[in-house]
Amino acid sequence: MKFAVIVFPGSNCDIDCYKAVEDTVGQSVDYVFHTATDLSAYDAILIPGGFSYGDYLRCGAIAQFAPVMTEVRKAAEEGKFILGICNGFQILTEAGLLPGALIRNNSLKFRCHQVDLIVENPKTAFTNAYAQGEAIQIPIAHGEGSYYVADETLASLKANNQIVFRYAGDNPNGSVDNIAGVSNEAGNVVGLMPHPERAVAEILGSADGARMFTSVLNAWRERNGAASIR
Amino acid sequence: MKAKVYVTIKQNVLDPQGNAVQGALHTLGFNEVGKVRIGKYLEVELDTNDRAQAEERLTVMCEKLLANTVVEDYRFELEG
Repeated sequence: MKFAVIVFPGSNCDIDCYKAVEDTVGQSVDYVFHTATDLSAYDAILIPGGFSYGDYLRCGAIAQFAPVMTEVRKAAEEGKFILGICNGFQILTEAGLLPGALIRNNSLKFRCHQVDLIVENPKTAFTNAYAQGEAIQIPIAHGEGSYYVADETLASLKANNQIVFRYAGDNPNGSVDNIAGVSNEAGNVVGLMPHPERAVAEILGSADGARMFTSVLNAWRERNGAASIR
Repeated sequence: MKAKVYVTIKQNVLDPQGNAVQGALHTLGFNEVGKVRIGKYLEVELDTNDRAQAEERLTVMCEKLLANTVVEDYRFELEG
């Protein structure tokens, strides 16, 4: 399986994502620059955290028009596995690949600490190694992670089971309905504010994020195993 | 031609910055202050004299980039 980690000017969690792939699933992984125009070689695309284009105008507003995003859109349509973490989540919402928007934390503070999450949907490509309702710990690090959707979109997210993670207990940023992560309708595109790549070993404080990477390997094997048996 | 573009947070979306400024104004004794909302103001110079075309193009600019219509509204004025 081949992973791409997209690098924008201002990405700063790209190395963590790259190392997390190596350490959790040991699959092939490349850094792919924002100017790339071909992602056909990759099975999974990780959009890392950071401050792409300095967060100018809005977080992710400029990044959504980078050349590589045309390819990311294409990959999403083809059903490839796409994960946006933190700024990557903001970019995917700005690009319209995920519903909603991320706005300033209600505390106005940059919150950087471990949070308790509940896995609300273990059926996506990135959560199949978790149990429904499982409580996990993954750190957050953001100033603009308050998830907002209009009421009617929220109702459709619930109806389609697109809420992937919720904050348990304290809501760190004012997100609507305690939402920490969502997926697209098909479940191949997932975005979340917490950083699973920073929670892949006990020495980091938690290893609960590692299964997001094993999940996508499972999903890929399931998809390709079925094809290769014949 | 010059455009003034205003991007504002939708009324039903929380504006924590606006709330903080409202609180600060109250602390300063400006008790008449009600709700405060913070938005963005952009000046855009356009290389055209065609008003209709400018409006059309500005609308596309706002929809595509200048505003995120999930959480923001926009309006603009043309000068010259």
